[in-house]
Amino acid sequence: MKKTMIGAVCAATLTAVAATSALAAADGLSNGSVKIGVLSDMSGVYKAIEGPGAVIAAQMAIDDFGGQVLGEDIELVSADHQLKADVASSIARRWIDRDHVDMLVGMDNSAVGLAVQGLASAKKTIAINTGAGTVELTESQCSSYGIHYVYDTYALPVGTATAMVQNGGKKWFFITADYAFGHSLQDNTARVVKELGGEVVGSVNAPLSTNDFSSYLLQASSSGADVIGLANAGGDTVNSIKQANEFGIVARGQKMAGMLVFLTDVKALGLDTAKGLQFTTAFYWDRNDESREWSQRFFDKHGAMPTMVQAGVYSATMHYLEAIKAAGTDDADAVRAELGQMELNDFFVKNGKIEANGLMSHDMYLAKVKTPDQSKSDWDLLDIVSTIPAEKAYIPVAESSCSLVKQ
Amino acid sequence: MNKVFWVLLIVLGLAAPWLTYPVFAMKLLCFALFACAFNLLLGYVGLLSFGHAAFFGGAAYITGHVITAWGFGPLPGILTGTLFAMMLGAIFGALAIRRQGIYFAMITLALAQIIFFLALKLPFTGGENGLQGIPRGTLLGVFDLNEPITMYYFVFAVFMVGFLIIYRTIHSPFGQILTAIRENEPRARSLGYNVERFKLIAFTLSATLAGTAGATKAVIFQFASLTDVHWQMSGEVVLMTLLGGMGTLFGPIAGAAAVITLQDELASFGSWVQVAIGGIFVVCVLLFRRGFVGELARLVKAKSS
Amino acid sequence: MNIDAILAQTMLGLSQGVFYAMLSLGLAIIFGLLNVINFAHGALYMLGAFVALIGYSYIGPWLGYPDFQMGFWWALIVAPLVVACFGMLMERFMLRRLYQFDHIYGLLLTFGVALVLQGVLSNYFNISGTAYPATPESLRGIVNLGFMYFPKYRLFAIVLSVIVCFATWYMIERTSLGAVLRAGQENPKLVEAFGINVPRMITLTFGFGVALAALAGVLAAPIYSVSPLMGADLIITVFAVVVIGGMGSILGAIVTGLTLGLVQGLTQALYPPAANTVIFFIMVVVLLIRPAGLFGKAEG
Repeated sequence: MKKTMIGAVCAATLTAVAATSALAAADGLSNGSVKIGVLSDMSGVYKAIEGPGAVIAAQMAIDDFGGQVLGEDIELVSADHQLKADVASSIARRWIDRDHVDMLVGMDNSAVGLAVQGLASAKKTIAINTGAGTVELTESQCSSYGIHYVYDTYALPVGTATAMVQNGGKKWFFITADYAFGHSLQDNTARVVKELGGEVVGSVNAPLSTNDFSSYLLQASSSGADVIGLANAGGDTVNSIKQANEFGIVARGQKMAGMLVFLTDVKALGLDTAKGLQFTTAFYWDRNDESREWSQRFFDKHGAMPTMVQAGVYSATMHYLEAIKAAGTDDADAVRAELGQMELNDFFVKNGKIEANGLMSHDMYLAKVKTPDQSKSDWDLLDIVSTIPAEKAYIPVAESSCSLVKQ
Repeated sequence: MNKVFWVLLIVLGLAAPWLTYPVFAMKLLCFALFACAFNLLLGYVGLLSFGHAAFFGGAAYITGHVITAWGFGPLPGILTGTLFAMMLGAIFGALAIRRQGIYFAMITLALAQIIFFLALKLPFTGGENGLQGIPRGTLLGVFDLNEPITMYYFVFAVFMVGFLIIYRTIHSPFGQILTAIRENEPRARSLGYNVERFKLIAFTLSATLAGTAGATKAVIFQFASLTDVHWQMSGEVVLMTLLGGMGTLFGPIAGAAAVITLQDELASFGSWVQVAIGGIFVVCVLLFRRGFVGELARLVKAKSS
Repeated sequence: MNIDAILAQTMLGLSQGVFYAMLSLGLAIIFGLLNVINFAHGALYMLGAFVALIGYSYIGPWLGYPDFQMGFWWALIVAPLVVACFGMLMERFMLRRLYQFDHIYGLLLTFGVALVLQGVLSNYFNISGTAYPATPESLRGIVNLGFMYFPKYRLFAIVLSVIVCFATWYMIERTSLGAVLRAGQENPKLVEAFGINVPRMITLTFGFGVALAALAGVLAAPIYSVSPLMGADLIITVFAVVVIGGMGSILGAIVTGLTLGLVQGLTQALYPPAANTVIFFIMVVVLLIRPAGLFGKAEG
């Protein structure tokens, strides 16, 4: 009883404080402009996935919005966090404290993502993560200023596993990157596989920065599994698919399923090697007219088609600006509240919703890599096989362990 | 000459939060201490360790863990991390000092790799996410470290303590013997000194202070991540020391300042940071082997004589 | 685990071991003569792979002949030559200035060069890797070895590497050319007195060691994807191999490289989590028992 009383008092105080601060800033923009900071990996493994392309995407969003919001200019800053959480953290601090940046977007790499989100929420600044996969951003380390926009390690395996099991791939063998990310991917995939009546016949944990996967592939091949699930990312995924092809594993009837594959990975592998590979993605440029139109404009500036992350940066920036316009202020609490009420719709997302824990839940797509014969152009790489509805793709907000979700 | 540097260090150190950004100043002090600790080994014993990230990052993880999971305060947390680095240093040292020169460098590098894999794998480290959200807490129950200025002066105090330990060590009879070993090991041996023991103590001391730097960094930034234990971190500290001037008392501080500033300022130029750092490395090795402070000292000496 | 599986893992281990052997052999040769640990060895291995890739996929369009492609066989010759030239320039204009100082400066210089090379290539190429599609038709496909299906190309890579390694060993340990090299290492003044240009010999030796790394890089290109960071982590493992083998012996580098490849292959089958750490653990054990390494001379 006493506890609830204290809780109620606290809640009331907090609401009052929030309300007054919102009121104080409600008339327009703090320090005369809106500043957006793209914090990304410009030199490491995420460079092609997010990197300079993300800066271009954010700039496109600002230009398309008209360059101004509430009568003031929108500014863009960008920096390379060099995959170092401390560098990311000190840049973010400087941006927020000294340069008055209002919103941070990007933050690929989960250590960077968690560090920046933690910092941004302590400083009441909105941080929209488009690059990292960890569900911790919206689970145990969720924040009322953090938004996870494009994908997470829960959403990725769902569509892939469902489709493969339904097409007869009942027995699974996992090659898993031996750290938290890989295990989380494997657990989530295995859960779906088992729910649908499939079984996991084995798994092997491959250490980080393995470059020869042949030994693990051999184990997978002799396990009698129908599907070899790759619970890894980036160079690891590329190398395992390449070597599976080399050892003729796919040719002898086993199927490969990638849990986290970006468009650039398919490009890196080449269609001849990657053909038939299935994976889940949040975006593919050639999905419909809307996505084609935007992607072509992006291509003209960047020289490559957008990844789901780069498209997500545009979409996130655009919606953020719209929320400022609707709220009539750039105050973080007010904008966040506005974003929570919006229904997100554009070329990237349909019927998207930002939940209380910061998760942007939206439809995902199951993609299949084309064969070289099917491909008509350089970037004609994927077929979208099916749509995975948002409620199936993401952790239902009611089950979230985030403290911001009212149980 | 050194008097000028002392005054400069203390004045700048005290005024830093008003001259620059407090977190930047804190980060700089951490890396300066790290580089000074490293310099104790490279500059005064002549041993190039390529595995100092293990002590820096290892202590960061341990500190983060005891503060987050066991509820330690910031000071006991940093001390625990430092103690861990000391023990790790004693073990690595015992294995590595059997060899010299390049062998020594490679052995420390390989040993540090084991720590990297542990940091990735152990259940408490958070894998690739790192240890996040370490609370800064309250120092001695009085000073709230969430205040940037308070935190800064705490870090400055930690730095000064570490720096004075290094200063005392270098100017003690023990330091003289270390220099003697660097200059001519067989001779030091023939004079009856137990060279292995001296090297081991120096190695352990260097590791311990590197640990203090890492532990403090974990409290400042409130996280420990794989970057801290990666071998590139070991490379960075070599660069800082080399750039500032190895074997000089103040050189590593100048070197750390230069590298940290570069990393932060060049961040908006994207992928050329690594190229710039590598390039500076090359130029430094080829042209300025004495480093900033070393070259400066030489110029001053040449003028006065 | 049955015999077939063990044989299969042995083959896979061997196909990793040949890369360790080629790289540690190059390091050993350079170290033997120059007393320099070439930290850039991994980056030069990567450069070898990139020369092959650029030669096949990019150089034609750049030069205005879109149809020109440098095939795999040419790459096997051209890439080591190009990289050797780069290495010799590096030796002539950078490393040579440092011989009079402490050996660690050589290590630091090459570390800087490695960072620059990786940084520059990261600017232009995908870090996740780019496919090298030029495996010759005759080496594509798989052969049935009875106990496993094995890619023809890997078989070729194993055979070629082993031949190159032992030919190098024979040249250095058994021919008069090798004798001059070894003498130049022991007593450069004396060799000079015989009218041999020692500095040029050092430059050429450095070029040869680096060419071995580049050759390994070309051989690796069809197996692993070509990425700017492909050598960065490998070089750390190769250093451990070198420490275990002891720097004294050419044969030591070859044998240790192959053996540790096998050990790693078997670990991947028996206890995968330790696969990438096992070499470092072996290193610690070896150091405790034989501080000079398995094949090393007692002093060093």
